[in-house]
Amino acid sequence: MASLGRGDSPAPLISPQPINPHRSSISPAEDQAFLGVRSISTQIVRNRMKSVRNIQKITKAMKMVAASKLRAIQTRAENSRGLWQPFTALLGDTPSVDVKKNVIVTISSDKGLCGGINSTSVKISRALHKLNSGPDKESKYVVLGEKAKAQLLRDSKKDIELCLTELQKNPLNYTQVSVIADDVLKNVEYDALRIVFNKFQSVVSFLPTTATVLSPEVVEREAESGGGKLGELDNYEIEGGETKSEVLQNLTEFQFSCVMFNAVLENACSEQGARMSAMDSSSRNAGDMLDRLTLTYNRTRQASITTELIEIISGASALEG
Amino acid sequence: MIRRATTGLLSRSTVIGVYHRQLSSIEVSAADELFMMAWKRIMPNLDPPKTPLAFMRPRPSSIASKLTVNLVSPYSEFSNKEVDMVIVPATTGQMGILPGHMASISELKPGVLSIHDGNDVKKYFVSSGFAFIHSNSVVDIMAAEAVPIEQVDPASVQKQFTEFTQKLRSASTDLEKAEAQIRVDVLVALNSALSG
Repeated sequence: MASLGRGDSPAPLISPQPINPHRSSISPAEDQAFLGVRSISTQIVRNRMKSVRNIQKITKAMKMVAASKLRAIQTRAENSRGLWQPFTALLGDTPSVDVKKNVIVTISSDKGLCGGINSTSVKISRALHKLNSGPDKESKYVVLGEKAKAQLLRDSKKDIELCLTELQKNPLNYTQVSVIADDVLKNVEYDALRIVFNKFQSVVSFLPTTATVLSPEVVEREAESGGGKLGELDNYEIEGGETKSEVLQNLTEFQFSCVMFNAVLENACSEQGARMSAMDSSSRNAGDMLDRLTLTYNRTRQASITTELIEIISGASALEG
Repeated sequence: MIRRATTGLLSRSTVIGVYHRQLSSIEVSAADELFMMAWKRIMPNLDPPKTPLAFMRPRPSSIASKLTVNLVSPYSEFSNKEVDMVIVPATTGQMGILPGHMASISELKPGVLSIHDGNDVKKYFVSSGFAFIHSNSVVDIMAAEAVPIEQVDPASVQKQFTEFTQKLRSASTDLEKAEAQIRVDVLVALNSALSG
């Protein structure tokens, strides 16, 4: 009887689907199940179902949390969008500026499970690094957030100047971001700061963006050389402060803190949006998997019942005959 | 007849829309061309990142008789309002801005920003920041903090004022002194704004 059981073992019992995630977990138990026991054990499938159901619960909860956080942070990000616009209107936008000391400020999240936003900003930062390094130029990284740090430490450890993490422990505010901006300005020498972040577009889409902030010296140089966007700066009379460069320094530092504030908020917003959609799709996947497992489970149970019935009937008919 | 009129209107508006888009796209590509070319050469497989220019809202165009004000702070925005006059607390003293003011950049100190429109006067307290006056009668005011003056609580201002004058007197290090001095300056400005 045992040989019969083994003869038509797993193949008909497991659903004939091309993707079969549960076969591997059942196979080690086959021998054990078929050794002395006649019926097929459904214990393993049941355990698997339970764990998938738990995972689904967790991802659903994470999605809810991300959704509620997103709503709070989205209004703040939208309110902060006006902040950098006057600076760009006045100083223009100069991603192509060619300067000696480039600093790439990569903004990422501290926590994972949020789709591809961190690897996108790391990729863009690496490309910017490549773009701005040459024989007489150098680029350094300033990294915000645990995730980009982990990725950049692997291959560009020597280029990382500063790492700041645990940004989102408290709700983001301007004071906190200006402290960070101050940290960066004090500790890093720069001619141009290139801030890389993900701009929030909608829950499912975010756009990798780079904003450029020039140092006061470069602003002055570009304005004097004329041409381009910065040429217009000479038409403005600069009031207050002892010298023009002093005001320009205050101006660029204020610009950096404003751009950073918006960038950090946009990135946090994209993070929550990306997490929400990632968790949504993983709850859906868990549901699909659960459906398949349920089917397998029911089939297995039915098969074992059928086997038992055949045994009884054939036994009875053997006695009769 | 009426139906025809609407189609005429529609077609005209679409034509205008297309024209605008062409203009703006030319502007953007002209600004970033060098960057895009360099990016394409070095990273052909990766899309170039956006730049803030792509997200700029349309700037208000000039109106000769009115002043267009954008007041922005990290948490709020008050933009594209047309007013008669703005008085800003510049570091060089209170500065009134009327339409047609020359282009300038000025730093702000803690004080009252008032926006005059006819007989209507709105007062804000700003802590610090910058004001850009563009030659087309557009004023951009960026403040680290801007609150309507009605929302300031006079009692707590008084209380903090006494507290920090005490601290200023007892401060031992230069840093402490400077911090207390800044506090006191802001509170004095607030106090005079409330009483004035």
